[in-house]
Amino acid sequence: MSDTPTPQNTNSAIQFDELPDAPPKRKIKLSLLGKIGVVVLIFWAIVVAIGPMIAPYHEADILDEELFIVPGSDEMYPDTDFQPPSKIVLLGSDYLGRDTLSRILFGARTTIGISFIATTLAYLLGVLLGIAAAVGSKRLDMILSRLNDALLSIPSIMFALVMIAALGSTIPLLILLTGIIYATSVFRIARSLGQEVMVSDFVEAARVRGEGLWWIITREILPNIAMPLATDFGLRFVWVILFISALSFLGLGVQPPMSDWGSMVKENLPGLIYGSVAPIMPALAIATLTISVNMIVDDISAHTGGKLAKRMIA
Amino acid sequence: MSILLEVDHLKISARKDDDNLTPIVKGVSFNVARGEVIALIGESGSGKTTIALAALGYTKPGLEFTGGQVRLEGEDVITMASDQLRALRGQRVAYLAQSAAATFNPALTIGEQVTESCVLHGILNQEQANERAEFLYRALELPDPDRLGKRYPHQVSGGQLQRLMAATALCGKPDLLVLDEPTTALDVTTQIEVLKAFKSVIKQEGSAAIYVTHDLSVVAQIADHIVVLYAGEVQEHGSAEQVVSHPGHDYTRRLMHAVRPPPGAGQGEETSSEHHREAPALEVKDIVAGYGKTQNGIPSITVLRDVNVSIERGHTVGVIGESGCGKSTLARVMAGLLPAAQGKVLLDGETLKPALQRRSRGELQKVQFVFQMADTALNPRQRIDHILGRPLEFYLGLKGKEKRRRIGELLQMVELPQEFAGRYPEELSGGQKQRVNLARALAASPEVLLCDEVISALDSIVGANVIELLKRLRKQTGVSFVFISHDLSTVASFADEIVVLYAGRVVEKGATDAVLSPPYHPYTRLLISSVPELRVGWLEETMQTQEAQAGIDRVVTLTDTGCPFFDRCPLAIKDTCDRETAPARQLGAGHTIECHRSEAEFVH
Repeated sequence: MSDTPTPQNTNSAIQFDELPDAPPKRKIKLSLLGKIGVVVLIFWAIVVAIGPMIAPYHEADILDEELFIVPGSDEMYPDTDFQPPSKIVLLGSDYLGRDTLSRILFGARTTIGISFIATTLAYLLGVLLGIAAAVGSKRLDMILSRLNDALLSIPSIMFALVMIAALGSTIPLLILLTGIIYATSVFRIARSLGQEVMVSDFVEAARVRGEGLWWIITREILPNIAMPLATDFGLRFVWVILFISALSFLGLGVQPPMSDWGSMVKENLPGLIYGSVAPIMPALAIATLTISVNMIVDDISAHTGGKLAKRMIA
Repeated sequence: MSILLEVDHLKISARKDDDNLTPIVKGVSFNVARGEVIALIGESGSGKTTIALAALGYTKPGLEFTGGQVRLEGEDVITMASDQLRALRGQRVAYLAQSAAATFNPALTIGEQVTESCVLHGILNQEQANERAEFLYRALELPDPDRLGKRYPHQVSGGQLQRLMAATALCGKPDLLVLDEPTTALDVTTQIEVLKAFKSVIKQEGSAAIYVTHDLSVVAQIADHIVVLYAGEVQEHGSAEQVVSHPGHDYTRRLMHAVRPPPGAGQGEETSSEHHREAPALEVKDIVAGYGKTQNGIPSITVLRDVNVSIERGHTVGVIGESGCGKSTLARVMAGLLPAAQGKVLLDGETLKPALQRRSRGELQKVQFVFQMADTALNPRQRIDHILGRPLEFYLGLKGKEKRRRIGELLQMVELPQEFAGRYPEELSGGQKQRVNLARALAASPEVLLCDEVISALDSIVGANVIELLKRLRKQTGVSFVFISHDLSTVASFADEIVVLYAGRVVEKGATDAVLSPPYHPYTRLLISSVPELRVGWLEETMQTQEAQAGIDRVVTLTDTGCPFFDRCPLAIKDTCDRETAPARQLGAGHTIECHRSEAEFVH
């Protein structure tokens, strides 16, 4: 606290090799919640990698009635839909009598894959243009911001609907559309964060030094807005999952019989009446994934200054 | 006098991440009697604010009470339940924060905000509260008290806002006022006005006050008793008279030493003339600069008008003036951050491009800018070695071992330990950050350093250390300094020449001794007489002088015609000063005063 500098060895022969060569990197120590988040995330990453291989059935398989015949019972044609969890179907069956577990394992790849790529795309576009608007000329900012506003003003589902109706539903188009739609909000965040940092004294100091724009963007601005953006990435990822699920529900997203978690929740909703777990399980999958992402992000931001939380509230 | 507040062996600790308690306040005891002003004084980190907040039963997040009692009329506020505390705060104990500008809501009128808390607490109804507020505006000598309540915070000056804060606090007739550095951020002239208002209103209301500050000369004006704190312990406790004139403790003497003597001639250190060459290191000629759209070479808001300043090699030029006088604008023009609308900036006799984008790297290297707030001037995501290494790489092309060696030298130059190289700015204290800030500017091996209020944000002891450092660096390196400050005493002890700016014009300039000895420009005289002196009773004496009566409690206004100081000047000549630009009078070598009055008429 007090400023009295620690009296160092003032004899003239100071060894400048004392300067620590590789200053210790700051380690981010995760709290318990953060560690749980990491474990859950690793779990889902493994599922994405090997899910289809370990799935007991194929995602499109409608299970045979014979599987459900209870020995000793005279019921020859038992129901296969909305079956409770059992040895045959570990997480029960869905409204068409397909294995929920297998569909979750297959769907992980579609859901996480599409959402992740789409969110990343949204970030690449949004951050690039947002920072350009923040540091560029007033005119560039004006053009980019008004274009962004125009895009924002179109309801996203309507926009997607029109585009998919015109071009047909394919997964690359789905990713591209979602990326563009979500880039608009990322743009706004990146621009306002960038503007805030742009007027700070240390950026001004870099400008007085004569640094170029690229250096200022990559060394002065980006490191200072990376954490809020990362937190937002976690949230945005969740929204993208829901958006793609909504599209799937309308029949415009992932096409059956491919499974994705969002459409699994929606198509199995009637099962709730029969006490089926079919809509619960994919919902749980979405919840665990998104919450774990957010727990990790929160934890990291809490350990890097903790100022982020304040800024997000303000 | 009856005892109002008893602080009894108060202990407060900080809880760290690893759950260990670090004591911040280590058993402090003192009493506050009714109608008495107690000053808590110490440098930053001494726990003075923490103790003052304890009177409200409050600790900052991360701190907790670990022992002792704080009794308000016999009741311990530390153990109070939250609804009791709510009744206590704002009603019986009121808190006045450092920055009034940040405390007022710009969207509500002043009257609403002043009366809000006492109406909310049900002490007064709205009508009574309005009356009470108006009474307080008068007591605090605020202008236009009848209509002040209807105005908005941005329509009054900073000093007035600070007094309005006092009105807010006093509206509910609290028993105890807690004032946390209420004048630290203000200009000297404003500070006097606020101090005087505080003092009279506290006396009038008969409420007790705890006054937190690091400035001993301010304390001498307002306090009855002084408690000197260091590292959470009471070092000395006594009446103001006694502590100021017969300090008993070493630390108090150190604090007094850090108080700079009142500005006067003969304090500047003569710099050696061995660095002298023909052309000045940096010179600005006939600068007109400002903000907004520029038409015909006149910006829509013109801040600087016809400013001429030259900085000799190895010399230090101090630039002084109140806030709003254009000091920082001048530095920004020199650095190229704000291209001037008219006029020239010369480096070594060569004209520089106005905008820094057009200046060459070599030119940029020679003029380095040291920013005011070290907190914001250092990128929080860069380690100190990166911050210092970048200019070395950028300007001098140093790499690897050579660079690391130079970083080590720079750290040693600013008296920081070598291991700081691996730290991040947030791990450093305010004074340490300011040293890094300086080291970064020095890394470029500049010829001119532009220091913009570099010690204003630091407390007096830390600030005095930084000044010592600057003096040493000046001797070592022969760098020229432009030293901008609103603190005349600091400038007086450091600069060879002084430029007094008022509303964007140079009203007086010359060698330090010449500027700080008669004849004075009326504005210089006002500034000099406003610096608090370390003795009891100074405030009352000063308020009697005609400069103070004419010049205090006014804002700096930019004018197109005449002398801008006209409306605050005790010597103003009607119909001349407000219409015609003041002539520059030469008084001795290099000493000029811009005034309509002749040398004989200046106050001596």
